[in-house]
Amino acid sequence: MPEDVDNVEKESSPGPFWSGTISFGLVSIPVGLFPANRSSRVHARALGPEGVPLGRRYYSSKTDRELPPKEMVRGYEIEKDRYVLVTDEELDRLAPKKSRDIDLRQFVDVNQIPPIYFERGYFLAPEGDSTKAYLLLAAILEKTQRAGIATFVMRGKEYLIAITAENGILRAETMRFMDEIRSPGDIGLPEKVKAPAERTRHFIQIIQKHASPELSQNELRDETSAELLKLVRQKQRRKQDVVVTNEKEGSNEGAPDLVAILKQSLEGRTGQRPKHSLAGTRHAARRPHRLRTHVAKRARR
Amino acid sequence: MPARAIWKGSLVMGSESVPVKLYSAVEDRSIHFHVLEKSTLMRIAQHMVNPETGEQVPSDQIQKGFKAEPGVYVRLTPEELEQTLPEDSRQIEITRFVPSDNIHQQWYDRPYYLAPDESDSESYFALAEALEHEKREGVARWVMRKKRYVGALRAEGGYLLLITMKFAEEVVSASELPRPAGRAPDAKELQMAEQLVGALQAEFRPADFRDEYRERVMKFIEAKGSGHKPRLEVVTRRRESKSLVDSLAASIKKVRESREKRVA
Repeated sequence: MPEDVDNVEKESSPGPFWSGTISFGLVSIPVGLFPANRSSRVHARALGPEGVPLGRRYYSSKTDRELPPKEMVRGYEIEKDRYVLVTDEELDRLAPKKSRDIDLRQFVDVNQIPPIYFERGYFLAPEGDSTKAYLLLAAILEKTQRAGIATFVMRGKEYLIAITAENGILRAETMRFMDEIRSPGDIGLPEKVKAPAERTRHFIQIIQKHASPELSQNELRDETSAELLKLVRQKQRRKQDVVVTNEKEGSNEGAPDLVAILKQSLEGRTGQRPKHSLAGTRHAARRPHRLRTHVAKRARR
Repeated sequence: MPARAIWKGSLVMGSESVPVKLYSAVEDRSIHFHVLEKSTLMRIAQHMVNPETGEQVPSDQIQKGFKAEPGVYVRLTPEELEQTLPEDSRQIEITRFVPSDNIHQQWYDRPYYLAPDESDSESYFALAEALEHEKREGVARWVMRKKRYVGALRAEGGYLLLITMKFAEEVVSASELPRPAGRAPDAKELQMAEQLVGALQAEFRPADFRDEYRERVMKFIEAKGSGHKPRLEVVTRRRESKSLVDSLAASIKKVRESREKRVA
């Protein structure tokens, strides 16, 4: 249940991390949700003095005894040191079935959504026996360049999303709710002042001089990670400070190949669900809620 | 209460420099839980442990290993790590300006409002006006607290916003993926789907959507905290749908009926 444990679980899951239904009018479209974002950082690991990979364990603050997951509960602090316990089952029952469907309520021009709202990207892959309704929704969203807007509850959190289509694939961006966004007034930005026209004209000239038709992906490279990896490879070649563990590919530590997993879900579906999809669904249903959970950081030695 | 600036810098473009202060444009509203020990209801402690011996390793003895290949890590000293970090700077370099609808929504990450520095608020508002006039946003690069960022500089309601963008390595694009397999929809289905999309067409109105789940969980916690036993709803299954064309037809009818009711 602590956050770190959950994250490891998420990284290792081969199937969709959530399965559900899009409601388009009265049409139901079963889909699996896959993240479109991954970490660009070089995977880091805590090592002990002799180079042994370390694991995180949880202990009682009172007795210092190691705690198995079943001896840990989730609590909300209503006042100092007073907690209300909340179980997975309660959180589940607070989300009625219909709130878990992605019910497309509005279709908007995607360019009209202020970018301040966008948070994370996901792909939706078709599930179930028929891809007919999925392909129809994708075709129509692509043709009209519209985004379907919906809210739905997934694993202990409600999301506001915009569903669009690209290359025949449905994608979803999670968005912030309005009360999660501050206004200039909330921040206390000063009153607008009218700038002298010549100042504005000067900036217009600068903009026109440096105008460019589009964003280039070359500008979006993560140089820090690239440099870190270069240094890691150099030291590896010199056989300096290299630690070989007995972890295998596909274990919790091996980052999954997101593109390969997605490809598998999107192509060659002959009416039969791939095994990982079913397993993923069941797994997701059993998995604890991914709520922001804090573990006391005070180390007791 | 006015928010506190998280950083100060200058937007640099051509020979111009505009001093600004950064403020987070988002407010964290998530419900934060703590992990407690069941029997004592005290917060738990966590330690890094050598899994072979069960021994706890104090944090000052922990080293960082970076993955070179599966199962192989290379240790880096804090000095070596420092080498890979960029030089600190107060300059937000604006490299060029692209049409404001050119940046795909998949790149946007965290938004910050920029405030003018008292020393030169004229340039700030002139730049905001110029960006709105040209309908463009600037591509920005900067280093903030030893971290490199790329972002988009936009004007919104007369104020400047700097939205960080995700790195290319962090994003899987739809173009890297195969089109889903299956029969293409026929003309009749397409036409009806388009009608349904048209009937539900709207302006983006974020105020129409509330995080109702968050509100329900908070209410539940409050009730439980004051000693009540709140009743929970019973979960029900939804019905199966009919054929695609029938469902579309019924949907369009339903939307139209509700529209007519609203008008009447």
